[in-house]
Amino acid sequence: MELSLATRTVGEHTVLEVGGEVDVYTAPRLRERLLELIDGGARRVVVDLGRVDFLDSTGLGVLVGALKRLRSAGGSFALVCDKEPLLKIFRITALDQVFPLHPTVDAAIDADATGAGA
Amino acid sequence: MATVKLSFSPAPVHVRTARLVGVAVARRAGVREDLLDEVRLAIGEACTRAVALHRQYGLPDPVYVEMSDSGAYTVRVVDRAPIEASIGLAALPPDELAKESLSEDALTTGVGFALLAGFVEDLQVRPVDEGVGTEVRMVWPVGRA
Repeated sequence: MELSLATRTVGEHTVLEVGGEVDVYTAPRLRERLLELIDGGARRVVVDLGRVDFLDSTGLGVLVGALKRLRSAGGSFALVCDKEPLLKIFRITALDQVFPLHPTVDAAIDADATGAGA
Repeated sequence: MATVKLSFSPAPVHVRTARLVGVAVARRAGVREDLLDEVRLAIGEACTRAVALHRQYGLPDPVYVEMSDSGAYTVRVVDRAPIEASIGLAALPPDELAKESLSEDALTTGVGFALLAGFVEDLQVRPVDEGVGTEVRMVWPVGRA
């Protein structure tokens, strides 16, 4: 399935909903969108991976890039993911210890508001 | 025994095709349904790595993928890059991953190897028998466990 990207705002947070396949071919579009959001002033970003059915190392690299960029700008970055196959990818790469991972968008926003975010 | 061979120009857009073919052949070979996600990811990572190397070295040669089901499901992904590859650089610790100094390319390579090593129990990365290049060989069991 093709990559889909949709952005919405929830209070201070920018939520990017990602769907489809994030791989070496589509990841540049995800990178571009995240850069647009950050350059446009978004500082509290939540990426919702709920509709992602494939994620590879290139996609993970893009997500880490956004995390670093936001951290150095004093912002926050969190991921929403509750699918076991994707969670396993985060565990195997140890990236579950790098990203704040939450089961729902609400949980991600609540955690960030209480200072538990990145 | 059945063999499916695929070679593709080293462009990111074709990696998805290789994944789809690889999973279709795995299913046909009798690889367990619950392993197919891992087969898809591993073939994708091996092909992504090969495409990245061909582009890095400006090699127009195709990436070669061979799938066979003789006894087990074996996938070989062959690149033609002039490097000494190994799986030694696999595990990056979490604090390393988040470091500012680590480039996105280096991180992607490290994470790609971590996924291959983590998802493929029977994995070999070795120089090709003839000429220049590396073969990533992955084997999965077939039939009911």
